[in-house]
Amino acid sequence: MKRRTKASAAAGSGQSNLAELPEHSSDSPLSIHAMTVAYDKKPVLWDVDYDAPRNRLIAIVGPNGAGKSTLIKACLGLVSRASGEVEFWGENYREVRSRIGYVPQRESVDWDFPVSALDVVCMGRYRRIGWCRPVSKRHRQVSLECLERVGMRDYANRQISQLSGGQQQRVFLARALAQEAELYFMDEPFAGVDAATERAIVEVLRELKSRGKTVIVVHHDLQTVPEYFDDVILLNMRVVASGPVEDVFTRDNLHKTYGGRLTLLSEAAEAVARAASGRK
Amino acid sequence: MLGTLASAGGGVTVGEIVETLLLRTGFNTRMVIAGTTLLGIASGVVGAFAMLRKRSLMTDALSHATLPGIALAFLFAPVFGLASRSLAVLLIGATVTGVLGVLCVQAILRLTRLQEDAAIGIVLSVFFGAGVVALSYVQVNAPSGSAGLNAFIFGQAATMQARDVMLMAVLASGALIASIALFKEFTLVCFNDSFARVDGWPVSAIDLAMMAMVVLVTVAGLQAVGLILVVALLIVPPVAARFWTERLWLLVVLSALFGGASGYLGAAISALLPRMPAGAVIVLTAGVAFGVSMLFAPSRGVVAGALRRLRLRLRIASDHVLEAAHDAGADRIERVTMREIADLHGWSAWFAWVVRRWLIGARMATGTRDGIVLQERGRRRGRQVSRNHALWEQYLVSYADIAPSHVDWSVDLVEHVLSEELIRDLEKKLAQRGEALPSGSGVTA
Repeated sequence: MKRRTKASAAAGSGQSNLAELPEHSSDSPLSIHAMTVAYDKKPVLWDVDYDAPRNRLIAIVGPNGAGKSTLIKACLGLVSRASGEVEFWGENYREVRSRIGYVPQRESVDWDFPVSALDVVCMGRYRRIGWCRPVSKRHRQVSLECLERVGMRDYANRQISQLSGGQQQRVFLARALAQEAELYFMDEPFAGVDAATERAIVEVLRELKSRGKTVIVVHHDLQTVPEYFDDVILLNMRVVASGPVEDVFTRDNLHKTYGGRLTLLSEAAEAVARAASGRK
Repeated sequence: MLGTLASAGGGVTVGEIVETLLLRTGFNTRMVIAGTTLLGIASGVVGAFAMLRKRSLMTDALSHATLPGIALAFLFAPVFGLASRSLAVLLIGATVTGVLGVLCVQAILRLTRLQEDAAIGIVLSVFFGAGVVALSYVQVNAPSGSAGLNAFIFGQAATMQARDVMLMAVLASGALIASIALFKEFTLVCFNDSFARVDGWPVSAIDLAMMAMVVLVTVAGLQAVGLILVVALLIVPPVAARFWTERLWLLVVLSALFGGASGYLGAAISALLPRMPAGAVIVLTAGVAFGVSMLFAPSRGVVAGALRRLRLRLRIASDHVLEAAHDAGADRIERVTMREIADLHGWSAWFAWVVRRWLIGARMATGTRDGIVLQERGRRRGRQVSRNHALWEQYLVSYADIAPSHVDWSVDLVEHVLSEELIRDLEKKLAQRGEALPSGSGVTA
């Protein structure tokens, strides 16, 4: 309990009721407890505690190198955690991953891969299709509808390298829709996209919310946070503050997140990394 | 080519060549050719996934690392009461050290800061060196029956026994069938492994299966193709196939086709010319497929790319001429004026001549004795380019805050590639600001 109090104290007024939440809230689609993540012994996230509210659009915001992508990758098991626990609806990730959808960063794949936009979206259906079976007409149809929802139906047969960056991002979004999940993680979906794509993504986010889904988005544009999102996590190697945008997205908290107050934390991280590599 | 081969073989006639290629030969030769073709098909399919997973070079480390295993298996088989000349025993030895080699590469990558190319180079050479040492030890100390081991280095398809061919065929078809069954899973992991992992697929196991297919094909091909060159069957066909298509299934089919054709021709030629190492012929065939693909494939090929660039350059050059004519209000471009335009843009006399031919060929203009005369098409295009130029210039000045004196350079490039959609956008944007648009319309020709 001590740790929780500390976290909420750091978070400021917006989160003061978090300390009263039970440790394992099975209601929350995502609960992170005391999670620390390190790359090559260099800590990038310290002691993160967070409970995501249901059916909200949640932005993860913070400066470069704050560990935004790392946070969701650690939740999904893509990078290993040094310590801490992550639960989804009070359960282990393995039990519930069919309820989780994921939009990776666009740069994480080679877009000169010989597949069409529709092929990529169909990948979102693979786990429903199962091992060793081809994509049936029905799944192809669902995938086409997902492309339609992001305004890309006309590009279904286009080779993915021939799409613009924004269109590629929409294909990734459509693939996540094809997963038919309840909780979505999106890694920088708005990075470097055109206005039409931005509108399409926002529309999809709102539609997902109206269908009762929860979406956690790594976001870099502070200006649009209040317009697009309900909740926000302010991150800079630790959770500076989290909660509803209207409570947490304050000048003071932003200053804490982006201001130069964290030098001690990052210096400590550097020192750990140096010691680790020196020992080698 | 057939003639040279015939002379090199010393007495191989054209008739014999045709008979071999048509499989109208002895049972054994037929088996070898069919088996090697199957091997080529399987490695084409497996290699396509290795390429897409960017693991092509890893297969090289694997194949070189098989040599010590072959020698050790020969040496120690009697200890376990096995026949040391049995192909199966030798291939098991090859598999063990081959996989060990791959594991060493992984270990080096994990434990040090070395890059993959260095790690592969180290493992490949050290294992191969160990293999050569072990092989010479075997040949000195157990000369009986060890002579055939050298065949594993360069391959000797022609002398394979029917039983060995069967083993090769079984291994190759195993890899082929498994790769087709796991097509969807392999594709997913090759394209986006992090998504696959989040989606609940056992990515490491699928990767392992992919590597196992590579091992199967490599080991199967050791005797026919040889360990130095078997890797080429995994690398070259898919790379050649990649030039022709953007569809994955077609890529895999083409890769299988190239691989199969290489195996077929290689084994057939090696049957005709027994002293010619099959591996070399197979790789040369695949190499020809690659060369032709690289040069002449549509869209991704080198020639097609050069033509595309030339066409764009010509289009821009002829646009310059048409725009100059439009701005000068002239229909006729004298030879002297043409030379001035050429000098302005730094065209060689040859290129200026090509531009002139291009304009005439595109029916933008007709040629006369002392220049060209614009036709309606040319006039229209000149009008349009000139207007695009003005539109873009206006946009840059009013939206991008670029000083008017600096605008011309970028405009010169952009005006030729503006699409209809972009031009409408520009018009809308400028109209929104209440600016007067450049006169004229007619967006495209």
